[in-house]
Amino acid sequence: MTDIAQIVISIFIVLAGIFGLVGSYGLIKLRDTMQRLHAPTKSTTLGIGSALIASMFYSLLIRGTLSFHELLITLFLFLTAPVSAHFIAKAYILRNTDRKDLPETGTAFDWSAYDDPPVPPKGD
Amino acid sequence: MIAAALYFAFACFGIGLLLCMARLVIGPDSADRILALDTMVINVIALMVLYGILQGTAIYFEASILVAMVGFVSTVAYCRFVLRGDIIE
Repeated sequence: MTDIAQIVISIFIVLAGIFGLVGSYGLIKLRDTMQRLHAPTKSTTLGIGSALIASMFYSLLIRGTLSFHELLITLFLFLTAPVSAHFIAKAYILRNTDRKDLPETGTAFDWSAYDDPPVPPKGD
Repeated sequence: MIAAALYFAFACFGIGLLLCMARLVIGPDSADRILALDTMVINVIALMVLYGILQGTAIYFEASILVAMVGFVSTVAYCRFVLRGDIIE
């Protein structure tokens, strides 16, 4: 039983290492910034996810206590990764894309990377 | 066996940190540098979680939660600075 638990935990740890390396290698290998935005999501979801699953299995199967700290880290990372990727893409668009290459938005406001945020009317 | 797997994962994330450092140095745009810093934070969180497994304590989970929060706030702050020229308006 302990041998099987050790094998499962080791597989998850090795998976975490491989996916973390893949995510960081993609930063070097891919050519464009918008392509490079894709690579670290592998190390966020699969790499850290495997490490945290291995940690949960370790505390459950080897030490005999159930631990929920890891779910907090997973939840926080999964919530914040799209937000930070969105901000990085907006910063890239602002600095490297000409406004005239983008289509009109069709609303009263321009693209959020170029325009000021809409101001709520007074009295609210 | 778990210790050997842990040292393999330490090596992988360490090499990953070096690759992020290379992208941080050569990155042609500031968005590349922000992305490299974000990925470095991810790698450091994974290193701390795995080090907690190696040491057999739960202290490193609290530290990695703090690192995750600080990393997210710093990424958003850098991007705000590039976007708006100011962090808190």
